Amino acid sequence: MSITILNFLIGLGIAFFGFVLQTSIAGLNRKIVGRLQKRVGPRWYQEFLDIFKLLSKRATSHGWIFDFGVIMALGGIIATAMFMPLTSTFNAFGTYDNFFIFVYLLAVGMLGMAMSASGSGNPWASIGVMRALTTMLAYEVPFMIIILTIIKIAGSSLTGIQLYQQAAGNNWFLIALPLGGIVGFISLMGMLGKKPFETYIAPAEIASGPMVEYGGKQLGMLFIMHEITVFIEVSLFVHLFLGGATNIFIFILKYFLVYTLANLISNVNGRFKIDQVVTFFYKWPLILAIVQAFIAIYLGWVI
Amino acid sequence: MKSTKFTPERNISKAETDRKWWEIGDFFRRNSLWLLMYCTGCCAIELPPAMTSAYDMERLGMGPMATPRQADILLVSGYLSLKTLRRLIYTYEQMSEPRYVVALGSCPINGGIYHDSHAVINQLDQYVPVDVYVAGCMPNTEAVMNGFVDLMEQIKNKSANGWKKYHDNYEWYRQNQIQSLGEVDVHDEFHD
Repeated sequence: MSITILNFLIGLGIAFFGFVLQTSIAGLNRKIVGRLQKRVGPRWYQEFLDIFKLLSKRATSHGWIFDFGVIMALGGIIATAMFMPLTSTFNAFGTYDNFFIFVYLLAVGMLGMAMSASGSGNPWASIGVMRALTTMLAYEVPFMIIILTIIKIAGSSLTGIQLYQQAAGNNWFLIALPLGGIVGFISLMGMLGKKPFETYIAPAEIASGPMVEYGGKQLGMLFIMHEITVFIEVSLFVHLFLGGATNIFIFILKYFLVYTLANLISNVNGRFKIDQVVTFFYKWPLILAIVQAFIAIYLGWVI
Repeated sequence: MKSTKFTPERNISKAETDRKWWEIGDFFRRNSLWLLMYCTGCCAIELPPAMTSAYDMERLGMGPMATPRQADILLVSGYLSLKTLRRLIYTYEQMSEPRYVVALGSCPINGGIYHDSHAVINQLDQYVPVDVYVAGCMPNTEAVMNGFVDLMEQIKNKSANGWKKYHDNYEWYRQNQIQSLGEVDVHDEFHD
């Protein structure tokens, strides 16, 4: 197929949709957590107010790498979100929805943020970046084993994976590969930086890690980037394990349930130390992932 | 009937446009105030009920933040010794504008029970501009929340101008700081 300007516009629309969706759902989740703690909680659009307030403030710069890294992070993440299929029939670039596109493009945004944070020169930021990369190294290994199992079964196109799960006689991979579903969800918690694996943010310990020197406009852009990153990661989980979606409402429902569950688990947990994060991921999720891969590939028991 | 096609364009001056944008910004700023807590004294004990389920500061869009760069309000509670005053001034200088200062308790107003100590300054207002005082030793949690609502009202009325006052009277503040501390060296310690 030929790529026209329309494809790019649809892609940008998807990125914008992801931002609005995730920001609203994050606000709703703050309300839900408030109720969990017997509070009233903020308004559901509080996250929008926070982001626009940050964009309205004045900001200091710490040199051009600091500024450029923020733009690179935001641009890289928007570029990644453009490829995300929303349902099994709707995406921006047709057949270009391979899983590995997300793996590669997501790294651009992450590295932009790491570069920018290190460019601020603050030691807390360096520690935060180091912890973020260590956490990434920890959850990627079990997650990739499960993903490669899925790719062995259903191919690597996200639309293909969704259609495989929706076909008659097949099940969602959460049910077909139950151990893999558990590993995928734990890895998702690590990706989102939710509580047991929140080590690289840790506001009380390393003063919010990579974000320590950001204020005003740069922090606002990083918030937008963070919302779109969460959109990409949760959507990946929905498409890979929950059978994707046949229409946009089912997608929003599944998205909301997955994100809320992760958030609820996050709010009743403490925080791991960084060595505990690595030991944890290399122990149980890795064992479960290898067992699941063995069962699915060599024994062929895909329920 | 006047044709809309040839209605002359209404010229809005730059000052008028700036004012409108600033009002829109003020709406966001007063609904999302992030605190940096500088708690040296006993008044800090009034903050946990303000944050948790008793008074729930988050319903007003407020919340604690980790670093001065991210924060909007510098919340000073309790007495300020000369050593902590120096850190407070560094912190205030690092915050991104517009920034507001809320002083909690009687210690930043007149020294409180430490008014005759050689190591404690009596009036915070001499060193950094204060937007809202919450008086009392120590103030109730209701009073603390009321102080925050007052600050929101001030932002709405455009009277929370402490940070502008700091720009305009910088020499005077600087002189007071140097007089008390001897030396105030505000610099970017990571790039020198």
